[in-house]
Amino acid sequence: MSEKRLDLLYTEVEQELRASVRSLLEDKSPPEAVLARVEGDQVTDTALWKELAGIGVAGLPVAEELGGAGAGLRESAVVAEELGRCVAPVPFLGSAVLATTALLEAGAEAEGDIAALASGEAVAALAVPLATPPGAAFPEAVRAEDGALSGTVTGVVDAVTADVLVVPAVGPDGPGLYVVEAAAARVSPVVSLDLTRPLAEVAFTASAARRVASGEAAGRALRRALTAGAALLSAEQLGVAEWALETTVAYAKTRHQFGRPIGSFQAVKHRLADLWVAVSQARAVVRGAASAAAAARQDPGDAEAAREAELNAALAQAFVSGVAVKAAEEAVQLHGGIGFTWEHPAHLYLKRAKSDAIALGTADRHRLALARLVDLPAAEVG
Amino acid sequence: MTTAPAGASLDAPALRRRVAALVETHDPATTDQREFLAARFDAGLAWVHFPEGEGGLGAPRSLQAVVDQEFERLGFVPTGREGLVIGLGMAAPTILAFGTPEQRARYLKPLYTGEEVWCQLFSEPGAGSDLAALGTRAVRDGDTWVVNGQKVWTSLAHRAHFAILVTRTDPDVPKHKGMTYFICDMSADGVEVRPLRQLTGEAEFNEVYLTDVRIPDSQRLGAEGEGWRVAQTTLMNERVAIGGHPEPREGGLIAVAAHIWRTRPELRTPGLHDALLRLWVEAEAARLTKERLRQQLAVGQPGPEGSAAKFAFSRLNQEISGLELELLGEEGMLYDDWTFRRPEGVSLAARSPGFHYLRSKGNSIEGGTSEILRNIIAERVLGLPGEIRVDKDVAWKDLPK
Ligand SMILES: Cc1cc2nc3c(=O)[nH]c(=O)nc-3n(C[C@H](O)[C@H](O)[C@H](O)COP(=O)(O)OP(=O)(O)OC[C@H]3O[C@@H](n4cnc5c(N)ncnc54)[C@H](O)[C@@H]3O)c2cc1C
Repeated sequence: MSEKRLDLLYTEVEQELRASVRSLLEDKSPPEAVLARVEGDQVTDTALWKELAGIGVAGLPVAEELGGAGAGLRESAVVAEELGRCVAPVPFLGSAVLATTALLEAGAEAEGDIAALASGEAVAALAVPLATPPGAAFPEAVRAEDGALSGTVTGVVDAVTADVLVVPAVGPDGPGLYVVEAAAARVSPVVSLDLTRPLAEVAFTASAARRVASGEAAGRALRRALTAGAALLSAEQLGVAEWALETTVAYAKTRHQFGRPIGSFQAVKHRLADLWVAVSQARAVVRGAASAAAAARQDPGDAEAAREAELNAALAQAFVSGVAVKAAEEAVQLHGGIGFTWEHPAHLYLKRAKSDAIALGTADRHRLALARLVDLPAAEVG
Repeated sequence: MTTAPAGASLDAPALRRRVAALVETHDPATTDQREFLAARFDAGLAWVHFPEGEGGLGAPRSLQAVVDQEFERLGFVPTGREGLVIGLGMAAPTILAFGTPEQRARYLKPLYTGEEVWCQLFSEPGAGSDLAALGTRAVRDGDTWVVNGQKVWTSLAHRAHFAILVTRTDPDVPKHKGMTYFICDMSADGVEVRPLRQLTGEAEFNEVYLTDVRIPDSQRLGAEGEGWRVAQTTLMNERVAIGGHPEPREGGLIAVAAHIWRTRPELRTPGLHDALLRLWVEAEAARLTKERLRQQLAVGQPGPEGSAAKFAFSRLNQEISGLELELLGEEGMLYDDWTFRRPEGVSLAARSPGFHYLRSKGNSIEGGTSEILRNIIAERVLGLPGEIRVDKDVAWKDLPK
């Protein structure tokens, strides 16, 4: 099996980007602020998103001609890590990753829509259930008829604050990817497990739409958006796991019971050592997925690069989502009673980690995708 | 061949040129392996970070990967070196760090070429994880030391010419302070090696009895009483996986399981499918982690991930080899050969899945148990408080045994 050697390190530029995103987030979105926000009316922090967009975060992988920063998905992945570390309630995944990638992959017809997203002036959402894995069949929940869409999509991430919806729909002439003004649809927020990431049901009734890709191109754009989403989601999951590990290690050093810091008990220490091993493995896997995604984006015509991107994204979701959940669960457990309270931020991470483990396909779905990609066929049940 | 002085001017292209020059004069295809390795040692391409004349060029350690890759690309990967791990991986770096110029000149080259095999006389019946508790006594007698004691679990002692040996020289001070480290000639009078059969049926390892063994003081490695510090260097090298070659996807034991799956559709069940895929994912995560460590070393930013590598590898090997047996069903209940024998080294490739399963149980014990490695990660990497110590200020002779 041949594979290109992936660059698994962080470049200096990426580390600088990390530092500026981290300092902005520490300043504007500490855990207490996030907790206060999820209890208010508007979970999404649009002011924070504007500031992040101001340093280029919304349009990182978008070419400069199209109004973006002209960086790549490796840089986006570093931002995703930082956003995960502080469970930031901003529409990065829905708008800057899923919707923007779908539009970029759709081609020339969609280029006009991208600049506003890249600058953070507008927010978009990709109208598919967030649980959709990259290999899923083209969704048929929405029908297209005479340039208008009808149908309902559940579990759409970042639709609540979206100005624009990117919608896969099927018409008499087959699948297409459409752009719809959010005002032309009915967006109803639902209560989501992840307090920091609002989901909504989106209903279209003969909503005016503009087609930006059709047929196979629409299917490919959607699949690539979901694949890039899976790769970047793993970076977010790494950030969640890192926060959980670091916070718990710090607590284990200061919390005393039986006359000793709890971190001096092997039953605690060994679990944290195991977690550290898992997190350092996750970091390598995440970097691999980000590099493979970046390479595929750079050369959209390269089928082998696209396959490597799919493979590494599936690997990342199959591995890292479990690590993030484990880390968040251990954080709650090893903090004892305080970890079970509403006031401690651990639960925000637990909820993010668990819902991330379902977003864009559960680990078992990704293992099945891998089975196909690396030729380990399923058993025939006879 | 170029003989320009080495040093700061060395970079990857310069090393590739040196490799090319060596291959020009010694065609690996027609040169005897040992002879070729001797020439490679003389050219400073054995361990590039070692000093000139001692197998290296005084180059940055990270450049070793460049040299290894280049030899690999040219089709030269030495074979049959399973029995040399202790010499190459542990004795060599320890001799380099603590040896006298005479010791380095005497031991490094034959160790590298494989002419001389090494073993490690560390563990004792009463001292394994707590190595510093060991009791093998060395008593000075003029210019020699007289050694008495018993070592155990000693891999390859039956083939070894030399051993790295840790002894107790002062029982009246706390355990870490009274140890001294030696190079022991395994053919010396009083060294008796007895095979110790292990659960696989064969005997890689041995009991070694030391009775009035005389070791010249010139074979001491490091100062008297400094044995623990020297041993630390050995142990660190034993545990830390050093960069080395990039591994292809599906390297290692997972290749065996994947091959069985692909070629034997009749063995497939849905449950085994998911179990196999989980381990495939784990194996790939472990491979990428090692690859990331290698890339870090190559740009001179070694990370602590090295201490995780051995730990993760042993767990993975155990799980994959366990699945391999279940996958094989009825065949998994068979074993290849229980004959009592003394292997040349540890080679999994040539043996059956049952052997893979059994041998891999040693991976989480040899070179430090997984429990000890967890302690090390928790304390040295995460900075968690140390274990409660009851033996710190007590003289070795007063410790409960
Ligand atoms: C295949 C194989 C090859 C080997 N080759 C060599 C060799 O060539 N030379 C050599 O010198 N030695 C060799 N060894 C020995 C090996 O290094 C020791 O077996 C190992 O260090 C453990 O020591 P022990 O066997 O005395 O177990 P013990 O130290 O008695 O440990 C027993 C159990 O207690 C646990 N334990 C001990 N201390 C702690 C603690 N502080 N916290 C938590 N748990 C603890 C251990 O993890 C283990 O599970 C080899 C061993 C094997 C299996």
